[in-house]
Amino acid sequence: MAKPNRAAMIKDEAKKSILLLPAVILLVCFFIVPIILTVYYSFTNMALTGSAAQNFQFVGINNYIKVFKDPNTWTAIKNTLVFLIGSLAGQSVLGFIIAYLMKNKAKAFRSVVGPCILVGWVMPEIVVSLAMLAFFDMSGTMNTILTAAHLPAVEWIYAHPMMTVVIANIWHGTAFSMMNFQSALDNVSGDIEEAARVDGATRMQTLIRIIVPCIKDTIATNTMLNTLSTLGVFGLIWALTGGGPGTKTTTLSIYMYNAGMKNFQLGQGTAIGMVLLMVGAVCSVVYTKVVKSEEA
Amino acid sequence: MNEKVTKALHYAILTIIAIIFVLPLVWLILAAFDTNASQALKWPTQWTIGNFVSVLTNTDNLRGFGIGLTISLVESLIVVLVSGLAAYPLSRYHLSYKKQFMYVILFMTALPMIAVIVPVYKMFLNVGLLDSIPGVILYLTASGLPYGIWLMKNFMDGVPVELEEAAWVDGATTMQSILKIVAPLMFPGICVVFIYTFSGSWGNFFIPYILLSSKSKLPAAVMLYQFFGQHGTIAYGPLAAYSIIYALPSVLLYVLSQNYMSKGFNMAGAAKG
Repeated sequence: MAKPNRAAMIKDEAKKSILLLPAVILLVCFFIVPIILTVYYSFTNMALTGSAAQNFQFVGINNYIKVFKDPNTWTAIKNTLVFLIGSLAGQSVLGFIIAYLMKNKAKAFRSVVGPCILVGWVMPEIVVSLAMLAFFDMSGTMNTILTAAHLPAVEWIYAHPMMTVVIANIWHGTAFSMMNFQSALDNVSGDIEEAARVDGATRMQTLIRIIVPCIKDTIATNTMLNTLSTLGVFGLIWALTGGGPGTKTTTLSIYMYNAGMKNFQLGQGTAIGMVLLMVGAVCSVVYTKVVKSEEA
Repeated sequence: MNEKVTKALHYAILTIIAIIFVLPLVWLILAAFDTNASQALKWPTQWTIGNFVSVLTNTDNLRGFGIGLTISLVESLIVVLVSGLAAYPLSRYHLSYKKQFMYVILFMTALPMIAVIVPVYKMFLNVGLLDSIPGVILYLTASGLPYGIWLMKNFMDGVPVELEEAAWVDGATTMQSILKIVAPLMFPGICVVFIYTFSGSWGNFFIPYILLSSKSKLPAAVMLYQFFGQHGTIAYGPLAAYSIIYALPSVLLYVLSQNYMSKGFNMAGAAKG
């Protein structure tokens, strides 16, 4: 066979790639350009509107200095971490427990419990906020239960706002972890478990020594995907507490919105966006690596 | 502990968890059928479907649902079309950049897109796409594409190439072979992509919330937020009814997608026998 020359090969690939073109154009315009603009704007003093929107200058890393000197930024970072760790712990642990306990249970039982967990996940996030707002209201479901148990009612949204949004996110997200762990657990060979049991391992030992190592890739991808979606949560918190009271539930995404869209400080808003984007990119690379290693 | 006690304990724990997960919805359902609903959990003294009637006879509400439907429908159709075309070369041809391309796509599916929304707002302001429904559709399309391409390519890999070879021999063009052979065979997969994109867009709040401002252009998601976000006197009954109507498509589509999902992955059998 004759060796095809380079030019012919490129031409051949270009011809084969034509069908990719619409996708690539859309992705470049509305996905890649915004990312480049985020980087670019974060180094300027541009305002969203007004005269400073046209006459802007490069200000180097001034936006970043300003942002990181602002104590509100550190509050937002702290809030994001609390929200993230609370959500991750709740969603993953609860999701795993449900998946683990559901294994080998009666089919009829599974088909009732499953949808109960899934319903919080299927709901649009604004409905989740509304349901949670009513649930944690002063006269809402939670306090009705507490009063019935002769316990004092609590003003959840004002007294424990972060806990409220974390619980809302756990309610919304647990089903995703549950499904991931269910399919991972289904793939754990029953023989290994059986062998461990015959050797005298307790249920707990089998779980920690056999099952967890078998599903460690799922644990990694699930953690990364939950981290990424939790970092991106905006509507849920915005509709539930608006980031308040004060700044108690202002996470980075809410903080970014306030800086960029409410105070019209495009430069600072995008600098905060960059922080989110960088953290997101790192998690996303880890996620891609894990998927890659699974495929190989 | 003997096996029977352990098992009973498992059933008990799961039942309790399931009840806790359903609790937040109890208010939503009771309030929607209550003539005199408040945020308190109570059994309706008088049951009614009046809340649903009042929501569905209000023209503003209907417009909101209509806009939401239009946005989601158009976006999903574009995503299916564009990702279907893109999936073909990625699934069928040998391309030197294929592996890298797919990893970039996978990377994109996971990025938190909220991080770039402020520059997008500015960009849309400059090109006149702000407060425009087509603008929202375009942006939603681009953010839904990576996942669409990823799914589509994997579904297409499941359609055996042998079936197409027969068509090529008969002189079919690429387009004909996509439309006549590949698309019908991966129809369940196409439905999955459509449903995922549609419900993602139907439930999406922040993109229309940020990119649209005219009251007359807001989709259902943003309208619902405005109903209870403004903390005035809230009519809880209609509010609950509104959110049930709004959540219904998401629930139905999820059920539907489960049906297609199991079919979507079982297509490899076509080349056998």
